[in-house]
Amino acid sequence: MLKLEHIKKTFNKGSANEVVLFTDLNVAIEDGEFVTIIGSNGSGKSTFFNIISGNILQDSGKISFQKQDISKVPEHKRSQYIGRVFQDPQKGTAPSLTILQNMAMAYNKGKAFGLTKGVDRSLIPLFKEELTNMQLGLEDKLEVLVGALSGGQRQALSLLMATLIKPEVLLLDEHTAALDPKTSDLIIHLTDKIVKEKKMTTIMITHNLKHAITYGDRLLMFHKGDIILDIKGEEKKTLTVEKLIEKFNSLNMIDALDDELAFSAQ
Amino acid sequence: MDFLLDVVAQGLAYGILAIGVLLTYQVLDYADLTVEGSFPLGAAVGAIFITQGWNPFVVLIAAFIAGVLAGYATGILHVKFRISSLLSGILVMTALYSINLIVAGNSSLIPLFSYDTIFTYGNAIADMVGGTMGEWIMKLWPVIILLVLVLLMKLLIDWFLQTKYGFLMRIAGDNPQLIATLGKDIGWIKMNGLALSNGYAAVSGALISQFLRSFTADLGTGMIVLGLASVIMGITLFKRSRFIGFTTSVVLGAIVYRFAIAAALNAGFPSTYLRLIMSIIFILVLILGNGVMAKFFHRSIKN
Repeated sequence: MLKLEHIKKTFNKGSANEVVLFTDLNVAIEDGEFVTIIGSNGSGKSTFFNIISGNILQDSGKISFQKQDISKVPEHKRSQYIGRVFQDPQKGTAPSLTILQNMAMAYNKGKAFGLTKGVDRSLIPLFKEELTNMQLGLEDKLEVLVGALSGGQRQALSLLMATLIKPEVLLLDEHTAALDPKTSDLIIHLTDKIVKEKKMTTIMITHNLKHAITYGDRLLMFHKGDIILDIKGEEKKTLTVEKLIEKFNSLNMIDALDDELAFSAQ
Repeated sequence: MDFLLDVVAQGLAYGILAIGVLLTYQVLDYADLTVEGSFPLGAAVGAIFITQGWNPFVVLIAAFIAGVLAGYATGILHVKFRISSLLSGILVMTALYSINLIVAGNSSLIPLFSYDTIFTYGNAIADMVGGTMGEWIMKLWPVIILLVLVLLMKLLIDWFLQTKYGFLMRIAGDNPQLIATLGKDIGWIKMNGLALSNGYAAVSGALISQFLRSFTADLGTGMIVLGLASVIMGITLFKRSRFIGFTTSVVLGAIVYRFAIAAALNAGFPSTYLRLIMSIIFILVLILGNGVMAKFFHRSIKN
């Protein structure tokens, strides 16, 4: 279980630009759960991820994973069990290395990075098989520099690299938002497949209401640093866009949906 | 002929500096000015040990270690004390100016004319062979021994950049976020890269001081320009060829750059113009490389 208790976070403390984001954030995510997160810009979803991954330190509060306190564990150590895919396809891969070299490095995660050969060529069949599963034709491009790939291809590779060594928690930070609609659908489909196959605890931030409703078994909505909706179980399974909008209306919270989010439900 | 051999020999010796600068500027994407101090540090360490009777090849290892330490100093300032990359380099470079004088025994000059260097071994071999053959060996010896050393140091980096740790270094310059995602601390990778880079700069300095047969305190002035010019010229001129790797390109870049400087000095400029010429040639390379002047070339081709 991944648990955040009484998280407080203020940006630019003491300056004119002070932004109080989290005053008392509490959330617990069960092992194997697939959680989708929606919320308007500035609602705190990305900071939530940065705090889980250790990229940003909370002002106070406790983060625990599998009952161990990880509140002060640095980002690179948390990466041993947390995988992450970013919105920007450039963040998940190294452009001046080939696909093969990128995958070899991802496959080595958690092991020593010493002075042995960077690419173990006996792993090529395994990498080819993984790439073939992605159905993007990348399996024939192992020696191509990643910088020469399209955004969608790079994002697919990022997803594959983040899950090659199965992480215990996978964070997906609007990983389809920078892609065209067709590629976006392809990546979300791949994501669902990989998450189901590997049975990882997964948290996905999305700007696409349909994706948030269709995928996952729990939906959280962030608004101004609070979780204002938490839909799970049977209710999540039968959730539709209409039901969600109705819920917003009844809570008088339609403002919490920004235009982009509302538009994606059309 | 002597002029040409002299330029090639110096170009090769500076080529090792260029490989060092390649590691920070191109691989780690880090603008490191420490080389301006670690290059003469290597020269000072090398020279002082030679005067104490050390083997001139062994002093290269001592110079390398001194350069590595200088690199770590910059790395610690930048990584552990969060001082900007540019400032960390400037601080260490400035401090090294004094340290170099202290290493040299509170002197700004160590003459090596009466000691054996890696270049004087050529004379002994030439004497043994004798005749015209001997004369040729004497002339070619500096280039031959430097070719061997440069090749060795180049192959070492080529091999290193293909290891897992070498990949990490390339990723650190390419996409720092990925290093954290891979579960590694980018700080140590940067520090080790800086150490290796400055180790190379120091070896280059030691070789140059042996070649010039003296250490002088101002040996480091302009070395960052020389290193960067070699890297940028080498990559722009030779990287289109599929058969020349990065490390070979920058060594060739160093030779071309030394040649351009020597040609300018040979054309009648007094040697006081040296650093001015170094800068102007580098500026020309940058302007020609960045495409600002491209439209003029196109026009002249059309006309």
